[in-house]
Amino acid sequence: MPPRIVEVRQAVLKKNDLVARRLRRAFADAGVCVVSLVSSPGAGKTALLGETLRRLTPTRRVAALVGDLATDHDAVRLRASGAPVRQITTGTVCHLDAEMVERAAAGWDLGSLEFLFIENVGNLVCPSSYDLGEDLRVVLLSVTEGEDKPEKYPTIFATSDLAVITKMDLAAAAGYDDALARRSLADARPDLEVLRVSVRSGLGMADWFDRLNAARAEKRARIEV
Amino acid sequence: MHELSIALSVVELATEQAREAGASRVEAVHLRVGALSGVVSDALRFAFDVACRDTPLAGARLVIEEVPIAVFCPKCRAERTLRAARLRCPVCGTPTPELVRGTELELTVLEVDDNAPAYR
Repeated sequence: MPPRIVEVRQAVLKKNDLVARRLRRAFADAGVCVVSLVSSPGAGKTALLGETLRRLTPTRRVAALVGDLATDHDAVRLRASGAPVRQITTGTVCHLDAEMVERAAAGWDLGSLEFLFIENVGNLVCPSSYDLGEDLRVVLLSVTEGEDKPEKYPTIFATSDLAVITKMDLAAAAGYDDALARRSLADARPDLEVLRVSVRSGLGMADWFDRLNAARAEKRARIEV
Repeated sequence: MHELSIALSVVELATEQAREAGASRVEAVHLRVGALSGVVSDALRFAFDVACRDTPLAGARLVIEEVPIAVFCPKCRAERTLRAARLRCPVCGTPTPELVRGTELELTVLEVDDNAPAYR
């Protein structure tokens, strides 16, 4: 007898998408703007996040979740800013999923926050498939890692809202070619916004904070409509 | 490598759907995998066999339909299929941010055997 055909037509990551939708609703109800950071290991996520928390903490209510395979070193480092930080240790899993975020954020009064940052595990492949309910997915690309990263890892760049080129203070020493990077980014996602920063020299940081404030303003406008 | 996580999600969804359809054994699982889904088909095939062990899917075939990236070119006003993840119209070179296809990661169909002994 021939097999019976069962039509399914559902997203494989339906479960993650459902949790992400629930998170997005909870974040909207709380009025918190959620920004996730993704990049390869060592591109400077923790440095950018550390400086961001340090500069925002005196005047804004911010918190962060940080994902790593092992250790709570990043959380310890980031807590020096005074902001509440929770570590998500994934064990062998190379990405965060919506359930991990939901579990880690449980018990936090989201309504008391203006910004929640989520630092993903350093990886340009796996995080691209998992929606975390964030408002802004930011992909980092450092000047030391090669301008053609967006071509090599198109999915993560195609699913991000903003690219931040980091370590600009090292651009000359690394022989970084901005035109090449721009072309590679545009090929991966033609309408991708791009910022250039150096946490160390402070270059471009004002633009970064402007972009964060704009994301929060956009979100508030969306909620109030 | 997150294909094992993806494969576990496939097995979970297929098991749930098979049970809902009253099927005891799944013979084949059909997926649509977009070129921009972030999933590598070969790695997924390898992970799938491992993920199926000791489930009603044990021994099931995985049939993957690879979906190329398709974009809409605003200048040509036409849909274009791309061979690489370079989002430009292959005919006129215009940047094409509008994706029509290529990001899907979807379980489309299960083939089930109603006469097989139930999995225990």
